Amino acid sequence: MPHQEILTVGLKHFLVLSSILFAVGSFVVVSRQNAVGILIGVELILNSANINLVAFSHYVTGLVGGQVFALFVIVIAAAEAAIALAIVLSIFQNFGTIDSTQADTMRG
Amino acid sequence: MYSAFSLLVTLFGVAALFAWLSADYLAITQLVVYVGGVLVLFLFAVMLTNKITDSEDSNPLVNVTGALPIGFGMGALLVTVAVQTPWKVLAKTTATETTSLVGNALLTEYLLPFEVASILILGALVGAVMMARKEVK
Repeated sequence: MPHQEILTVGLKHFLVLSSILFAVGSFVVVSRQNAVGILIGVELILNSANINLVAFSHYVTGLVGGQVFALFVIVIAAAEAAIALAIVLSIFQNFGTIDSTQADTMRG
Repeated sequence: MYSAFSLLVTLFGVAALFAWLSADYLAITQLVVYVGGVLVLFLFAVMLTNKITDSEDSNPLVNVTGALPIGFGMGALLVTVAVQTPWKVLAKTTATETTSLVGNALLTEYLLPFEVASILILGALVGAVMMARKEVK
């Protein structure tokens, strides 16, 4: 029955979802002026990559390699968030704002 | 602030998807690391850097004319690729718990990246503290 076929959640649904998440994340990264907003967009992009990794590992290989890689991605993302927010706080101390267009001292 | 809370909802959703894909350990890790750690960092950053007085013009968007084509183009391209590619899907997927498998893989096959990641985290911790603290003369 074709109606049943549509309702089964498969690999493609996860891929489409992560594509949408990636697109939203890249839109946020480009269009936000707030530095914390840009970081939130980066987190969205990393999460979409994680969904892709885990979905492929579940539906295509059946092994756990993709999950291990997603774990490393989570680790890197946590380290990146800590460093980036420290940089944001330091920028806020120096410039009084976290507007990413205002901190342009090093612009040539 | 709203975007940080929306990120919370998104991260919970992704954790639920991980659990659905029989990646139970990863779902728990997502909850602990992202919701417990990263999101708290984000909330503190938002609170420490927002001035309450200028909250009426909160976070205007810039470059929308450039960002919309990028976002929609990227999304359309990726969705097209995802739908049209004939993926070699397994005939039958089983929902098993994979925590012990992940643990075995981490400590045997992926031991070197695991150790490198721990050193990276140590460096990130020290670096974050160094950058975020005030200068002490």
